[in-house]
This record gives sequence, structure tokens and C-alpha cells, in this order.
Amino acid sequence: MNSDRPHEEYLIPLRLTWDDALLQVKRLTYPKATDEIYEFSQTPLSVFSREFRIGTLFDVPASVPPGSHIVVGKLRYQACNNTTCFPPKTVEVKLPVEIE
Amino acid sequence: MRLLPCLRWPGVTLPLVLLTTSCASSTDERKPVKAQEERKPAPDFALKDSTGQTVKLSEYRGKVVLLNFWATWCAPCRIEIPWFKEFETTYKDRGFAVLGVAMDEEGWEVVKPYVDDMQVNYRVLMGTEMVGEQYGGVGALPTTFLIDREGKIASTHVGLVSKSDYEQEINDLLGQAAGISRRSAVRGAPAVVVGAGQ
Repeated sequence: MNSDRPHEEYLIPLRLTWDDALLQVKRLTYPKATDEIYEFSQTPLSVFSREFRIGTLFDVPASVPPGSHIVVGKLRYQACNNTTCFPPKTVEVKLPVEIE
Repeated sequence: MRLLPCLRWPGVTLPLVLLTTSCASSTDERKPVKAQEERKPAPDFALKDSTGQTVKLSEYRGKVVLLNFWATWCAPCRIEIPWFKEFETTYKDRGFAVLGVAMDEEGWEVVKPYVDDMQVNYRVLMGTEMVGEQYGGVGALPTTFLIDREGKIASTHVGLVSKSDYEQEINDLLGQAAGISRRSAVRGAPAVVVGAGQ
């Protein structure tokens, strides 16, 4: 799938967004992308083609009570194989957190 | 109040396993157009072009139509578009037309600038989910159908196909006399004039 920073402007980047109702995002770090050549592209595309992790550093507002919470986010991505592209999708992401 | 250690940076990682789906490629082998008796009618639709004019597929009955579902974010689709422009120019006078159906969620806002920039010389329509469903979901792009003069689907391609494959199929369909395909003729239908169909 396209990385968070595809080389071509028309390509849809990977994006992770978090609902800031509970925690506030302080930093979001995508993994390092790889440049790969596909049948349909003469120049390399910036992609994530294997398992990867996205890191998020949250700030916890003082108003958040201790205990178990769920942080909800959305991941938007668009993937291709060597000859075909698939429509962009947005999937919900749920992250259980424990606040002390 | 503080985060538990497991949530501290850089330990806060969200494992996401998102692998691209592998999909059968249509570039692996040359598949000729279907024999006429195997073809199914292409579902009719009414879609708007960039001027707001409604275009029906049924208006193209009598022509060979290359119906291409595409999107601006689809890199392989961008490879094919210059070929389709060329086909439109080369075969238009023989009863051929290209219809592009854009599947961009953002609509004309993103499609029109690209079409203008590419100087696309064939009709581009804005697709809908419903029309996509009529054509089997169009879950991958590009997806292209070659429709014969009787409005039936003669071939389907999911993914990037070679230009020569398209050319051969278009010529097959343009060359067919009404009711009998070139393949049928080769198999032994004796009284077919191949190449006379307009």
C-alpha cells in the first residue's frame, strides 16, 4: 500500500487519525517506507509492503479518569498489486489503554 | 496521573498488519474475446459527463465499446488512458467508442482537471456505486469491458492489460460480421465476411 508519503501527488497516502476526545496525540510516527518498482510504474513507488507498526505518543489530559479506556482512530489506506489498484478504504482502529 | 509503562513512547505502538491483497492478473495469458453465444448483455446505465449531460450505454448500441472503470489515484489506469485516446482516434470511424467511468469519491473536482490535463478525447462519465455493482462490484481498478455491437460483453479485464491485447480484441470485434465472431468463422462457419462489419 502507499506509504504516508507517496512520491506522486495523485496517490492516496496512508493516514492514521485518532479521535481526540479522550487522549491527545503528541506525536505520530510512521515506519520507514520502501521504494519499489511495479509493472505499471517506471519510477519507484513509496510503499509499505509488509507488516508494519505506527507509533503514537499520547498526552493524557488531567481530566481523564484512571482506568481502562478505548482510544478510537481511523486508518485510511489504498493498496495496489502489480497490475491492479484497490479503492481506498477507511477502517476503524480501537486501542485499549490503561490509565493510572 | 500517568500512562502505564506499556503506553510510554516509544513503547506505544499500534500493531497493524495490513498486507496488500494478491489478485489474479489478467496479463498472464492472451484470452480472446468470448464466442457470441457465451456473451451476456452489458447492463445499461445512465451516468453524467462533466457537462452534466446524461449518457446511456444503450445509446452506443451498434458500436463496439471499450468501457473502462478507472480512478485518478490508480497508477495502472493512468498507463492505459493514452492507449485509449489512441484507440478512440484510430477506430472511431469504424464504429468504436471508448467510455471512461471514473470511480473517484471526490467526483469531478479531481477528475475534470486530470481529464483536461490529459486531453482525453473520449467520453468520461462519473461512476456510481450502483453502476459498479451492476458490473460485478468493480472491486479493483482498472476494470475494462469490451462490448460488442449488440451490447454484449465480449471480454473483461481486471488490471493492467497489454496494449496489443486490447488492439487485437478491438479488431476482432470490429471485424465481426453481425452474429458471428471471427473465432466462430475460423472454427468453420463458412459464409462469414470478416472485416466488413461497421
